[in-house]
This record gives sequence, structure tokens and C-alpha cells, in this order.
Amino acid sequence: MAETYQEGSGAGADFDLSQFYQIFFEEAGENLDQMEQMLLDLDLSDADDEELNGIFRCAHSIKGGSATFGFSDVAELTHQMESLLDRLRRHELQPIPQMVDVLLESADASRSLLARHQAGGQGEAVSTTSLVQRISELAAGQVPDDAPALAAPPPTAPAPVAVAPKAMAVPGAASLTRQLEIQIGPLDRPDQADAIKELFRDIPGLGAIRDLTSSQSNVRVFGVETTSTNDDLLDLFAFHVSKDQVVIRDAGGVVGDASQAALDDDALLAVDASGVDAPYGFFDEAPGAPHVNASPAVPQAAVLAPKVVAPKAAEPKAAMQAQMESTTIRVDVKKVDQLINLVGELVITQAMLAQNSRGLDAGAYQQLLAGLADLDRNTRDLQESVMSIRMIPMSIVFSRFPRMLRDLANKLGKKVDLVTLGEATELDKGLVEKITDPLTHLVRNSCDHGVEMPAERLAKGKPEHGTITLSASHQGGSIVIEVRDDGKGLSREKILSKAQERGLDVSEQMSDAEVWQLIFAPGFSTADEVTDVSGRGVGMDVVKRNIAALNGSVEIDSAEGYGMKVSVRLPLTLAIMDGMSVGVGEEVYILPLSSVVESFQVNGEDVSTVAQGSQLVKVRDEYMPVIALEKIFQVPRFDLNKSSNIMVVVEADGSRVALLVDELLGQHQVVVKNLESNYRKVPNVSGATILGDGTVALILDTGGLVRRARH
Amino acid sequence: MSVIGKTVDAAPVGAREYLTFRLDQEEYGIDILKVQEIRGYEPPTRIANAPDFIKGVVNLRGTIVPIVDMRIKFNCAQADYNNFTVVIILNLRQRVVGIVVDSVSDVMELTPESIRSAPDIESTIDNSCILGLGSVGERMLILLDIEKLMSSVDMGLVTAGD
Repeated sequence: MAETYQEGSGAGADFDLSQFYQIFFEEAGENLDQMEQMLLDLDLSDADDEELNGIFRCAHSIKGGSATFGFSDVAELTHQMESLLDRLRRHELQPIPQMVDVLLESADASRSLLARHQAGGQGEAVSTTSLVQRISELAAGQVPDDAPALAAPPPTAPAPVAVAPKAMAVPGAASLTRQLEIQIGPLDRPDQADAIKELFRDIPGLGAIRDLTSSQSNVRVFGVETTSTNDDLLDLFAFHVSKDQVVIRDAGGVVGDASQAALDDDALLAVDASGVDAPYGFFDEAPGAPHVNASPAVPQAAVLAPKVVAPKAAEPKAAMQAQMESTTIRVDVKKVDQLINLVGELVITQAMLAQNSRGLDAGAYQQLLAGLADLDRNTRDLQESVMSIRMIPMSIVFSRFPRMLRDLANKLGKKVDLVTLGEATELDKGLVEKITDPLTHLVRNSCDHGVEMPAERLAKGKPEHGTITLSASHQGGSIVIEVRDDGKGLSREKILSKAQERGLDVSEQMSDAEVWQLIFAPGFSTADEVTDVSGRGVGMDVVKRNIAALNGSVEIDSAEGYGMKVSVRLPLTLAIMDGMSVGVGEEVYILPLSSVVESFQVNGEDVSTVAQGSQLVKVRDEYMPVIALEKIFQVPRFDLNKSSNIMVVVEADGSRVALLVDELLGQHQVVVKNLESNYRKVPNVSGATILGDGTVALILDTGGLVRRARH
Repeated sequence: MSVIGKTVDAAPVGAREYLTFRLDQEEYGIDILKVQEIRGYEPPTRIANAPDFIKGVVNLRGTIVPIVDMRIKFNCAQADYNNFTVVIILNLRQRVVGIVVDSVSDVMELTPESIRSAPDIESTIDNSCILGLGSVGERMLILLDIEKLMSSVDMGLVTAGD
């Protein structure tokens, strides 16, 4: 919570990407391995679509990563590979052995380039010029002669010359208006595509769009005139449809000879190419930026180019593998889980020993007791380190947003500041990976639809810069991630009228919270004019579904004109939690300590009942509902004369309730176990844990209890 | 638990092994491959609002395992818990479930020929969960499709639609 990270959107704030290098190198290495394997397995006469797509994805993710980190040489090379693979997977080209050869060589070259970056730019750079040229020739459909590898590279041509024309062509390409034919589908609902038309209406400078006739009813075809790159378009469309559903084709604009086809109007390449050829490119500040000109490119090219793949690759490959050393290992999550379970067992055994030894005479059993004390400490340390294997801080997720938001804000002409809180909050790795996409969606929504244009903000008396706040915190046994903005917020009336139009069951009496829930209705946003309502509904059903799949929940809080807050609450699938154990009858329940506010002994006169017999207790001028755990959990009473007289006030979702219990047993760390892996969901219970004596205790879902009291 | 000698020495083709257990006077058999282990009964942690045959959950070396008392589910006259009460831990499709039975008898090998189809009878369990009746000498075994039985909605072990 303590760390606050602020980033201005306008100024090019420096952001240290190097913390992610290691992850990138590992992933890229894995992708290369995978690509190599798939290339080797590829059946040329009958190439499987899935395989081709798989190879393409590998190249694509390496390209994306290396471009982000400024490894422009790798990005350039992989971009070329991607162009070739893209044509293959679209069946515009037939795979031939030369392609596989050149792709394998390129994979090797990428690996050695990456290894060089990993080593901080030391060692000689491998020239990729000839490879790039060969790929682009293949991508253009030219089949090289019998000895392709020998013929293709111009042995004496220095690197810059070959690529220079491309770099020259770049400024033109970037601002060129292109005619595209964009095919979207198959769609479940054709109106999804309408939202894409709205994009062109809403985003100034994006271009023009018109309907074209489509042969299939669930596929829409548009003619688009734009200056944006395909990647940018895809990113924008991803708001509404999945990327797989979009096919972008050139319709007459820039199509041409080999180098042009390979260039494929992609601005990313433009940046990359200039980065390779001229050290004054965008990324020359980046660590490991290539200095092709400075290094002896020509002899390198000669080494790489000749002959067949196998004999040549052997030696340099051994060298580069030695370089690309990993400081971490990747382990199957199941193994980690098993380790965690075993340690959990150890902790319980240790607790049992500690309990049994308590009565021993300290003098007579001094050594034993000292040993047990050591065991205690060691087990806790062990448990902590084992648990930490799976936990990673939220900063990993948050740190991707400053850049994304800056780009988006620039594109939309808005001014947005990002504030992140609670970056140190740790979350299970599995959850982190799955929550990233929904969060990205929410942040983009906030920027796109929440924050107003600067002029509009000034007119409303708000600061010109909008603020989007991302925060993560532990709350009552869950992790709450909030996306907050100070934009225009949701409009109750508009949502209600929209919902009525759509035939949803709504009424004026609905609470705000219920109204906000309406935007989660599938397809709610894609209807006409929703962008005018707020546009918040864009893909919100998908967000909600993804979060629900993680057993989480989404809540919206909004005030029109003042902004909106989306809270994503995720359960701890795996975490140690501070718990407070309470006794009810003979049973023990665990309350998440973070939601416990206070506890007190209750006096009869403080408790009053209202009409239906539900009880209220007065705590310092505040009335709150009483929940008798005994009743909710139907705890059997053996001692009928005894009654509960201790209340524990818990807070969740901003409300408080008082739980009536028999006794407070203590506080301890508990290992949260999933009840649903072998059983089903139990109301008011969020999980289970194992107590020191080996028995199971249920962990209460305070959020559920509070909601129960509300209704 | 001692495993008594098998009925046949050389395993004929298609023969499968069944763990047999007793509920009151009836003898049942389940596929031995679904059985993870056999344990004594220890009081589970009760779960509120669960059906009465679900006794609760226990800790099995770090895993939370629900315990179903088959005797209550099958309406046996008595369901006592003593030192001889047995819990069979089953491993069904990634799920671990314990069932309480009166006693475990032995492991038997049955060939498909020795299994008759079960007649349509009125019973507390779905007929489709009965694989057939196995006859071994004078004994009659009711062979259960334990996986199907445990994953049926009325067992309350899985959320409907799961």
C-alpha cells in the first residue's frame, strides 16, 4: 500500500523496463524452442492450420516483446518471419523446405541476438541482413534457385544498403492512406460489428469506414480508408470482437513488389528498420541496442549465410546456448502445489508436537524443547518461502499500464494520469495471469469512455488531467483490485432507458448498484448510442465472465459527473491468511482477520429487534445487524443453558455486521484450502483450513454474511 | 485391512477386480481402481445445511475431503460409528471423496460372464448407477458405478451444472 507510483501521460516519463528483461528472455527462449520444434514437425505437403498458427504466434510474441524492450534487431527479424508465416497461414503461399530452413536459421539468429542482449550487448552481433532478405523474397513468393542459401545473400553488400530503401520508405508508409478490406466474423450477433463502425465515428483521424456486401450473413465486410497500422486497428477492434475474427486485407492501396509486400504497411517495422540501420533510431537508448554499423557485419553475414542449415548451425549454436543462461527455473505448478501441501502437513505436525510438549518439564526435557523450538522456526521459514514461490506482486500487472495508457490517451487526445497503489500486494501467479486481460479492459474503458476530453473537463471545473487510479489490497480474505477514474461516470437515467428499450426487466425503484449491474448484460453496450450513454458496457459482460471464472466478483460504484469505480474482488485461491478463530458450540470457525473490526461482550439492553425478529445491536451510536452463527450454521447445542454473548464486528463491502459467537479462540495464520476442489460451494463459507490438531475448520465468507444481512 | 485370496489364480481376459464392502446385510462391489485408500473413521467437520448423509469434511494429508455415509444414503437401519467403521477414500475424476461403510470384505475378480444385469427394481439409488449383479458362489454382489453415483446431483457433492 505504501508505494505510490505516478506517471504523467503527456511527458515521456522514463519507465524502467529492465525488471522484465529476465521474464522476456525466458519466454522468448521458450517460444523459440517451441517454434523450432513445430517447424521440425511441420508436414510440408499437408500443413495443419493449427501448427502454422502456432508457429506464427511464437514469432509474433517474440516480436512484440522485443519491440517493447527495444531489441529492434530481433523485432525486425521476427517481424519478417511473421510476415512470411502470416502468408503461409492464410494459405497465400505453399510451404516449401526452403522456408523451413530459413525460418530455422532465423530462429537460431534470434536466439543468438537475444543471448547477446541478455549479456548486456557483449559479443559480436550476428548480421541478419541476408536472412531478412531471403525471408522477404520467400514471402513475396519467389522461390530461390537450387542453392538458395548461397544465391540469396549478397556476400559483399554491407548490411545498411540492403535495408536502406525500406527505411527510406518508412515516413511515406506511415502517413499513407490505405484502402483496406476488413472482414469481421463469424459473429454471434451482427450488431457487434456496428460498434466497430462507431469506433471510426468516435476516434478522430482514424479514417473512414463503409459497408461492403458480404457473402455470409454472420460475416461483415467493411471498406476502410485509414492511415493506422493493422496492429493499431486490431488493438482497437479488440474492444468488441476477438482478434481471430478480424481479417484485414489490402484493397488496392499499397501492394507491390517483394520488399513492399514484406513491409506490409506496418509502422512497427518502420521503427525497427530504422533502429537497425541507423543508431539514431527510437531505441538507441535501450540497452543492447544494436550497432550493426559498428560491428563487422560483413564477415558475420558470410559466416551465417552459406550452405545448408545443419552443419553450419552446430558450432555457433553451442556457443549461444552457453550464453543464454537462465537464472530461474520454470516448474510445473502441480509440483509446487504438492510441495505446498507437504509443507502444510509439516506445519500441522509441528503444531501437534508443540501442543503435546507444552506440559513437559522444561528442566528435564531442555534439549527436546530446544529442538522443538528450532523446528517451529524452521517450519515457519520453510512455509513462508514455499508459499512465496507462487506469489508475485501486483506491480508486475500494474507496470504495463503506464505505457498502454499513455499511448491510448495520446491516440484519443486526452490527458490522463495514472496512479497505482498497493503494488506490493501479492497475488497468486495463476490469478495474476488471468486478471491481466480483464483489468486491461477496464483501464482502457476508463480512459476511453470515462475520462472526458481536456476541454470538456475544464468546462466542468475539473482539472485538465484526468486521473485513473489502480489499487490492490487485501480485504477480508480476498484481494480487491480497483480501477477508479474521475471521469463522467455512469448515467442512471440513460442506462435505465436503454435497458427498457432492450426489454430488460427494470424499474425506477432499482438501487443504483442494481442499475450499474445492467451494463454487464451481454451485448448491452453494443446497441446504438451506448457510447453516448457512457460506453462503459463495452465488453463488460466479457470482463464479468472472466472474473466470475476466477470465482471473483465485480462491483461498480459511480456518481454521474464525478467518476466511477470498478472493484474486482478475487478470492485467495492460495494464500496464507491471518485468521481469527471463534468457537460456536463445539465448532470452530475462522474469520479473516482483515475484516474483523472489534469484538465485545454483549449486554442484553444493547440488542433490539425489529419487525421480523431480526436483531440489531447498538455499538457506539451505530446500529448494525446481528448474525447468530449458531443459527446460520445450525450448530448443535449440547449444553442448552449456555448462550452466546460475544460479538465480533466484521466489515465487508463497506458494511458492518455483528456476529454472535461463544468464544474467541485466538489468532493465527491459516493456509486457505479450496473446499470446491472436492466438494461444492458452501454458502457463507469461502474456504477451509486445517487446524493445529489436524481437524478442518471452515473460513467464513464475511462478504457473503454482510450481503445476507442486507437482504 | 487384509486382502483375502483371489477367487481365480490366472486372471481371465476381461476380468476386473472389485472391492467389496458391506452395508447392513447387503454386499456391494466397486471398481478397485477407483479406491485410493481405506481408513478408519474420524469425526469430520460438519458442514451446515448439507444433506444428512454428508457427514462433513476431513483433512486427508492436507486435502479437504468430503465424507459421505453410504448407510444413511441407502437408508440402512443403523449407522453407528465405532472403531470398526471404515472409510473408503475414492479417487474419482480428480476428486477425492470418502464413503463410510460398515465393513470392507475383500477384493474379488469378476469376469464379465459372472455379472448379470440388474433387474429393474425400486430402490433408493438410480438404477443406472448399478452396473449389474455379480454372483460368487452363494454371495450376491451389487456392483456400483461409484463414479456415476457420486457425481449425480442428488448426492449433493457437486454443484448442479458442474
